[in-house]
Amino acid sequence: MNYILLIYGDEKAWGSLSKEEMEKVYEGHRAYGEAMAAAGVMRGGAELKPVSTATSVRFSKGRPKTVDGPFAETKEQLGGYYLIDVENLEQAIEWAEKMPGMTEGTVEVRPLGEGS
Amino acid sequence: MFLARIVEEVVRTDGRQVLAGLIRLTGDFDAAEDALQEAYARALAAWARDGIPERPAAWLNTVSRRIAIDRIRRDRSTALPPDLEAPPPEDIDPSGVEDDRLRLLFVCCHPALSPEARCALALRTLGGLTTREIARAFVEAAEATAQRIVRAKKKIREARIPFEVPPRRKLPERIDTVLSVIYLIFNEGYSSTDAPSLLRPDLAAEAIRLARLAVELLPEWPEARGLLALMLLTDARRAARITPGGDLVPLEEQDRALWDRRQIEEGLRLLDEALDQRTPGPYQTQAAIAALHATAATPDETDWPQIAALYQALLGWTPTPVVELNAAVALGLATSLERGLEWIERIEAGGALARYHLLPASRADLLRRLGRGDEAAAAYRHALELVTSPAERRYLERRLIGVGASLFTFSTSGSSTADRESEK
Repeated sequence: MNYILLIYGDEKAWGSLSKEEMEKVYEGHRAYGEAMAAAGVMRGGAELKPVSTATSVRFSKGRPKTVDGPFAETKEQLGGYYLIDVENLEQAIEWAEKMPGMTEGTVEVRPLGEGS
Repeated sequence: MFLARIVEEVVRTDGRQVLAGLIRLTGDFDAAEDALQEAYARALAAWARDGIPERPAAWLNTVSRRIAIDRIRRDRSTALPPDLEAPPPEDIDPSGVEDDRLRLLFVCCHPALSPEARCALALRTLGGLTTREIARAFVEAAEATAQRIVRAKKKIREARIPFEVPPRRKLPERIDTVLSVIYLIFNEGYSSTDAPSLLRPDLAAEAIRLARLAVELLPEWPEARGLLALMLLTDARRAARITPGGDLVPLEEQDRALWDRRQIEEGLRLLDEALDQRTPGPYQTQAAIAALHATAATPDETDWPQIAALYQALLGWTPTPVVELNAAVALGLATSLERGLEWIERIEAGGALARYHLLPASRADLLRRLGRGDEAAAAYRHALELVTSPAERRYLERRLIGVGASLFTFSTSGSSTADRESEK
């Protein structure tokens, strides 16, 4: 069963980290990705650029309109995701709990629709 | 009709075990319930034709599993869960069943479900309660409860919450919910919403059984022991709590010779073991209160000051209006009735528990002890408007007559339940 792990955190806190600290988190993600691959659960993942780069195409009455900014202004922003294939929610949560670089923030675990 | 009653009896006694196994098999609460329903219908037909099988529960188990597997084969294009490939067991394996019910409890209590949904689902699936009974336990509308259960089942299926006891290191964070749900099941068994006799000993026994499993699973967790002790000490009073006619007997009027000594001994021993672990908690505190009642030879020897102190401690853990009400009554009996009454009136003024019959009933009780009969009668009438359990209703009616009021006296509001009854 496929799950997406959506990583939410405060971009400002992330931006205030030193270069070494950032490098440590990236190192964590490399090891995390390798562990996922070794466990045979890795289906993909990526870091997202900051919300200041986001563009939203909003629809109203079927008509699209392009606007600046993310879907919603929030205290924590979507910063990246992993796509994993595991047996059940318990295992997906186990992976989410091991997310590197999380001191604050949220990892949302969502099952993907059948056939994806 | 006779056959239907036998099938019903089998479903009542063994249905929940069979259901737990079916949920494990299918991973789907609705599919499991449907399969059991279908097996029930087939049992009526088959047993009428061939006679009642030697082991009806095993028959029901086997047939419902076959139905569930057939349906999954038919409905699903995806690969079968590995469990389905195993041949269905011909009999209920007692050890496996215990595991299934404990697993089911952990699924129902999964943190991925909302706290309200967890309790509702466990009461429905493990307790076999109706939506209406659960709604009463939560003091909410039946539709809200039904909606919660539907959503929870859907999430378990779609997000695939596994049917398993969580790994050991995760147990501490999961156990509190499990214990609270076990206690809710017990309470529903101890003061049943709809049963005319007030008690549903099957539910209380089920809760005690689940608590024993929890203690076994987590011996280092004193609150599990505390809960088991609490339920044993409370349940020990069962025989004395209801007359053969189904009437409620208040604690102070109970024949203490009817209390189950063996169960009290076990409860006291468990409580001592829990307290020795030196991590106090709300269940241990409540068990200590129950222990003080259980060890008082007569009502007059009840150690109310200590009970009042324990309720005060309990308020620190669970500052709910219901606990506060109990603390107020205990304080009244420990110090002066007026002080208890004042506290109850403060709770009333706060607006909490407006629909809770024990609030006016407790006030009535203190007023009665103070000899303020007219005020007590008015409070008993108010309690009668709110009470749902028939046995508790009869108890309140007896008390109302006891304070010198007639059941059929029209109150000034003109709308008390007693008035409505008299119009019939």
